[in-house]
Amino acid sequence: MLYRETGQFKTSYQADQAIFPIAQDRWFIFGIIAIAVFVVPFLIDDYGANAVLLPFLVYAMAAIGLNILTGYCGQLSLGTGGFMAVGAYSTYKLFTAFPDLNLIVIVILSGLITAAVGVLFGLPSLRIKGFYLAVATLASQFFLVWMFNKFGWFYNYNMTGMINMPASTMFGLQLTGPGAHPAVRYLFCLGFVLVFALVAKNIVRGRLGREWMAIRDMDIAAEIIGIRPLYAKLSAFAVSSFYVGMAGALYFGIWLSSAEPVEAFDINQSFLVLFMIIIGGLGSIMGSFLGAAFIVLMPLVLKNFMVDGLDIAVVTAKHVEIITMGMLIIFFLIVEPHGLARLWTIAKEKLRLWPFPH
Amino acid sequence: MDWLFLTETIISGLMAGVMYSLVALGFVLIFKASGIFNFAQGVMALFAALALYDFLAPEGWFNQLFGFTLPVPIAIVATAGVMVILAWLIERLVLRYLINQEGIILFMATIGLAYVLEGTGDLLFGSDVKPLDIGIPQGAWDYLLDTHGLYIEKLEIFAAITAAILVTVLAIFFQKTRIGRALRAVADDHQAALSVGISLRAIWVIVWAVAGFVALVAGIMWGSKSGVQFSLSLIALKALPVLILGGFTSVPGAIVGGLIIGVGEKLAEIYVGPMVGGAIENWFAYMLALAFLLFRPQGLFGEKIIERV
Repeated sequence: MLYRETGQFKTSYQADQAIFPIAQDRWFIFGIIAIAVFVVPFLIDDYGANAVLLPFLVYAMAAIGLNILTGYCGQLSLGTGGFMAVGAYSTYKLFTAFPDLNLIVIVILSGLITAAVGVLFGLPSLRIKGFYLAVATLASQFFLVWMFNKFGWFYNYNMTGMINMPASTMFGLQLTGPGAHPAVRYLFCLGFVLVFALVAKNIVRGRLGREWMAIRDMDIAAEIIGIRPLYAKLSAFAVSSFYVGMAGALYFGIWLSSAEPVEAFDINQSFLVLFMIIIGGLGSIMGSFLGAAFIVLMPLVLKNFMVDGLDIAVVTAKHVEIITMGMLIIFFLIVEPHGLARLWTIAKEKLRLWPFPH
Repeated sequence: MDWLFLTETIISGLMAGVMYSLVALGFVLIFKASGIFNFAQGVMALFAALALYDFLAPEGWFNQLFGFTLPVPIAIVATAGVMVILAWLIERLVLRYLINQEGIILFMATIGLAYVLEGTGDLLFGSDVKPLDIGIPQGAWDYLLDTHGLYIEKLEIFAAITAAILVTVLAIFFQKTRIGRALRAVADDHQAALSVGISLRAIWVIVWAVAGFVALVAGIMWGSKSGVQFSLSLIALKALPVLILGGFTSVPGAIVGGLIIGVGEKLAEIYVGPMVGGAIENWFAYMLALAFLLFRPQGLFGEKIIERV
């Protein structure tokens, strides 16, 4: 009853092309953003930031990146962890080399560096397709992690081989390093995610996004109607890696503050982000958020339920968690292969007709 | 140049390659017959090895339940039975509902399956390293060591012979039997196969069971070599470059690809590794496979990819 577009007339092309053409959708999203910006920072504590909100934001960013490549351009990639490592190490090197540079600039620069690396590793995609490409992207995953682990230059030759984010401030507030207030870190990530989600949404609606989708649906046909595969595929790799690189920068710089390549950026990270976009919905920016939320929250809920609720030993709970995770993934794929974003759309369709469905 | 050392390196590379091939073979079987890129193959090998260990070990569930352990041949048959049941369960609970889905969805489903199997394996059998000893000869082959000074593991020779037998049996199975012909028909065209009365479901169970059997062989070999432990499931990652090098759809490709990767890896470790600081075995195979792919995008023996609008 409340959710109807009746009476909302569009009088300009601009209104026709709006991201959320229905007023209720707009208010809903604005409401959520308002809560995220004005309410959450006052309620946040260290646990909430480190276990829920920062992971959600960082993974949402990475999921948008991978969704651009896999969901929109159809190039299956398993190298996300490696590209996140590039972003993280770029941030570390830039920050230790130029301590006075603004962190916003550093994160964006890290994204650009990752984009360059992404284009390099995207080159085989011009020749190799499908699962062959997926396995080939694993090369970047293993190679990059090996490289960061092997050459001391990347971690400034320190003894532990780990990278640690030094403390820094922005607008007089401590942003990184130990003792930073969770609200500040949260808002920094939130700002990045909101701005770049909007950018991503507009890229995929525009000419570039349509080229990607044409390549995804059938690359030969796309080529025949005049889309340059070289340009389209490499731009997808560049934009995707840009996002994943920024996610890696936030992952290391804001969330973890210290990282060790083999563990923090291993292949499971790649799979995790891939799960997010599959469960969230391939080819959907909204889906990237939903998937990230699902994958971040589900293990927490399961763990709390089993360890606190049922008193199962932590080790056993870990195994049960893995099993449940696997089963849920299969369940979701069977029930809704198009992901949570699709469920979201269906729910909205139903709501429009409610309470008179016929 | 030390020729003896080179020969030894190449031979041990070939043997290691056979071990990779054993895993890659399982991938190929399933991909050929259902177009599913089965990421769970490595975990299936681990699961099979765990189950086999359980039938043999005094502290296993089987002994606790029935009060006796099985002799090796019967245990292997029993484990093969477990893999058949597993294949049936997978078809019944997962694949049946995913017919006609895109490749990436099926691929993700097998990753989910890998999680389930991994967790179940850990939960049932514990995650400590278990030595698997089913009487495969261990240690160096004395004859070659004495006469030529070559150090070659007996286990690896045993694995190579097993692989040869396995491939021959599979080839006969695929070419000469009724089920084999049905399998090839399904691999060729799902719909056409259905229309001539081949049951897709039954075929899938058979294929997954055969892949489970191959996983059992791989699990036995790897388990005897380095103990049954979680890292066994990671051999899937070793088998992937073999797979793309040889082609997803080719059984001989899996063997030849394995041999090339095995030798390439060993040679690179010795001659290239020191130049860049070592530990390159994680990614070298992938780079090697990538180099081959740039010239043949479908792998060495894969079916030619014909694209049309």
